Amino acid sequence: MAAEREPPPLGDGKPTDFEDLEDGEDLFTSTVSTLESSPSSPEPASLPAEDISANSNGPKPTEVGLDDDREDLFAEATEEVSLDSPEREPILSSEPSPAVTPVTPTTLIAPRIESKSMSAPVIFDRSREEIEEEANGDIFDIEIGVSDPEKVGDGMNAYMAYRVTTKTSLSMFSKSEFSVKRRFSDFLGLHSKLASKYLHVGYIVPPAPEKSIVGMTKVKVGKEDSSSTEFVEKRRAALERYLQRTVKHPTLLQDPDLRQFLESSELPRAVNTQALSGAGILRMVNKAADAVNKMTIKMNESDAWFEEKQQQFENLDQQLRKLHASVEALVCHRKELSANTAAFAKSAAMLGNSEDHTALSRALSQLAEVEEKIDQLHQEQAFADFYMFSELLSDYIRLIAAVKGVFDHRMKCWQKWEDAQITLLKKREAEAKMMVANKPDKIQQAKNEIREEIEEWEAKVQQGERDFEQISKTIRKEVGRFEKERVKDFKTVIIKYLESLVQTQQQVFKIEVLMNGRKHFVEKRY
Amino acid sequence: METHAEAGKEGKPSCASVDLQGDSSLQVEISDAVSERDKVKFTVQTKSCLPHFAQTEFSVVRQHEEFIWLHDAYVENEEYAGLIIPPAPPRPDFEASREKLQKLGEGDSSVTREEFAKMKQELEAEYLAIFKKTVAMHEVFLQRLAAHPTLRRDHNFFVFLEYGQDLSVRGKNRKELLGGFLRNIVKSADEALITGMSGLKEVDDFFEHERTFLLEYHTRIRDACLRADRVMRAHKCLADDYIPISAALSSLGTQEVNQLRTSFLKLAELFERLRKLEGRVASDEDLKLSDMLRYYMRDSQAAKDLLYRRLRALADYENANKALDKARTRNREVRPAESHQQLCCQRFERLSDSAKQELMDFKSRRVSSFRKNLIELAELELKHAKLKGPPGTPSAKAV
Repeated sequence: MAAEREPPPLGDGKPTDFEDLEDGEDLFTSTVSTLESSPSSPEPASLPAEDISANSNGPKPTEVGLDDDREDLFAEATEEVSLDSPEREPILSSEPSPAVTPVTPTTLIAPRIESKSMSAPVIFDRSREEIEEEANGDIFDIEIGVSDPEKVGDGMNAYMAYRVTTKTSLSMFSKSEFSVKRRFSDFLGLHSKLASKYLHVGYIVPPAPEKSIVGMTKVKVGKEDSSSTEFVEKRRAALERYLQRTVKHPTLLQDPDLRQFLESSELPRAVNTQALSGAGILRMVNKAADAVNKMTIKMNESDAWFEEKQQQFENLDQQLRKLHASVEALVCHRKELSANTAAFAKSAAMLGNSEDHTALSRALSQLAEVEEKIDQLHQEQAFADFYMFSELLSDYIRLIAAVKGVFDHRMKCWQKWEDAQITLLKKREAEAKMMVANKPDKIQQAKNEIREEIEEWEAKVQQGERDFEQISKTIRKEVGRFEKERVKDFKTVIIKYLESLVQTQQQVFKIEVLMNGRKHFVEKRY
Repeated sequence: METHAEAGKEGKPSCASVDLQGDSSLQVEISDAVSERDKVKFTVQTKSCLPHFAQTEFSVVRQHEEFIWLHDAYVENEEYAGLIIPPAPPRPDFEASREKLQKLGEGDSSVTREEFAKMKQELEAEYLAIFKKTVAMHEVFLQRLAAHPTLRRDHNFFVFLEYGQDLSVRGKNRKELLGGFLRNIVKSADEALITGMSGLKEVDDFFEHERTFLLEYHTRIRDACLRADRVMRAHKCLADDYIPISAALSSLGTQEVNQLRTSFLKLAELFERLRKLEGRVASDEDLKLSDMLRYYMRDSQAAKDLLYRRLRALADYENANKALDKARTRNREVRPAESHQQLCCQRFERLSDSAKQELMDFKSRRVSSFRKNLIELAELELKHAKLKGPPGTPSAKAV
């Protein structure tokens, strides 16, 4: 066992870093001043734009010694964050715990969650800008926001009403800015209408957020705690993303149902969306039947593209699910860590109190303080992890399910066509047989019948073929569009996530530097 | 009695030899350790120029049970009642680690080869860390004994250091363990009785203050130690969480053919780095904070034991006084009562003197050890914070 020489007690030789401590806290205040704000991080909007054009095959120019330089991971010191950067104030100061009043939970969630929920619309703001830049030139000038969740009613019949605000300059809408109140089942109703119209012709209709009986019951019952406010916020953000995705689809945007949803003040209640209604049960039965059918259909795939794509989506689905599960575990553990750190901070503070040696006591209390602040930061990071990453992943898991659904529809379409062809063949055989058999009296009538049927089935075959071609074409286009969107979405979220990670670490760094500076000063005096 | 050297006495477990302030007449260290099936064998090496050792340098192989035997021998020795006996080292416990390694070995098909390799590496590192710590604990125990002017002269200690053969000390069987347990209960009951005893006045303010302080301190440090352990374990959990995440991200990245490829791969890399950092933070906290808290928890218990012994001696003294008075009134057996009372008095005074010295040493030892560890912890945290860091988001730009 290598015998390590212990540094002599702090009386003579100190580690050189802290030699300047003679001047009190100057060492650290000067470090701190260099951390003063220069222009805050460059507008993220520009980042994806330049990256998309300059497709970084060789990331060499931007890769700053990420492999070799262990000591200084972030060598490019272009970013400096101010000590008093306003958007970070709420984190360092003590936050009001959400004492929620029944009517407007938003305003109280806002100070805490705002910076996070802002990420949702911002993502789509940027991608809209990019859409405008594209050579295709589809100008989408419509902005949707979902806000102000408000509890309406009481007891088990209560529900949350959300305000849907639209800002647009498109001519098909009567006004340029308007808002309506909608409840969750309205969104589900919209989705089911759109799905019934467009899914079977190959359009990827974005899925609506999932129901949650447990979550909603808590809200209904009026349990005003942080988990129910979290739930409402999560749902609000999910609804917003859902609408934004739907609106981005050029075909769906033209749909009158969508327009009615956005514009009209009164909407017929979508009862069929309830899980235990007759329609709900019918849906479940259909789903089961579909699953069985899928197993029995054996399609001769003439187009390798589809097979390839299906495989691709299958893989992607699996991997996203795995990643999602891991990220959820991470979030959970981070919350645990923050709880444990808070508990430890309290213990350390108590220990500091009972210690009768003053300098040591102070040092221990400071340790407790540092730990507490770090705990708060861990909490923030946990929120960031969750909102950005995890939600995106679950959105895409559902979207991919929709994509798979579309592929299945194509298979069904093919099946229909096949069936039509088979029936036509049978009818033709029957006709041929009739030609051979010589029964003059029945012949003419029967012949006419068969003739009619054959014509009917020929038409069906032709229609089937046309449908199949159409759906294949639509799917190709849709998948292309889907892929583009996916790349954009992921990229933006990853960048945002990295930025938040970096910011949290910067905060930790600052706190540590300050605290440790003071601690050393105190220790030195002793 | 020689005065102890405060500055040199370090109570924190470490692999370094304790600075004996110029007294190198007896140096003990654990030069090697081997972990077998379910026991650890320590090679204790002694360098000494003291006359009653046969050689100047020699080593023996000892097991954990023999350390415990030595500790118990000190505790039971009446001569050392006035001293703080260094706490016994904890039993080497590799159970948890071994279980995890076994579970990993059983295999999980959903885990990729890289993930498996990383997890195995982590577990091996954990095993190694536990091993190092147990060696350090045993070493510090011996070194404190060697540094203490009175304790180092114990005959059992010499036997422990020198006797080449196995000391044939078996581990406590169940009856002895139960006996020990009962003894503890009796002790605390006794203590409660004594303190409640009427007429027993604490004559010395110093001891009164120490007693209150130690009681409170011990509870609080035990609390802090438990919670520090939890924090450390949570950090470790977090670090382990990053493994499947970065594996999933790299596989996603390799499958992509578009711009997302670099993003995913970079993110995977970042998480890998974060994992290593978190792991390092966890182990630093473990060594500098948790271990130290744990050690002083045990040490403060030893100090409490000392106070109890003194209190017991005081009670005995009081009782002897009462007996003497009774004997005098009855005018029977005065002599034996007198001599008994004198014995008790002497014993009490002896204990009080040495206890005072010991407690002051305990305090200075504690303070210097805390200071050293907190400073080192702060430095390490700063280093990590710099790595995680500050200014610049080149990784975001690179993405």
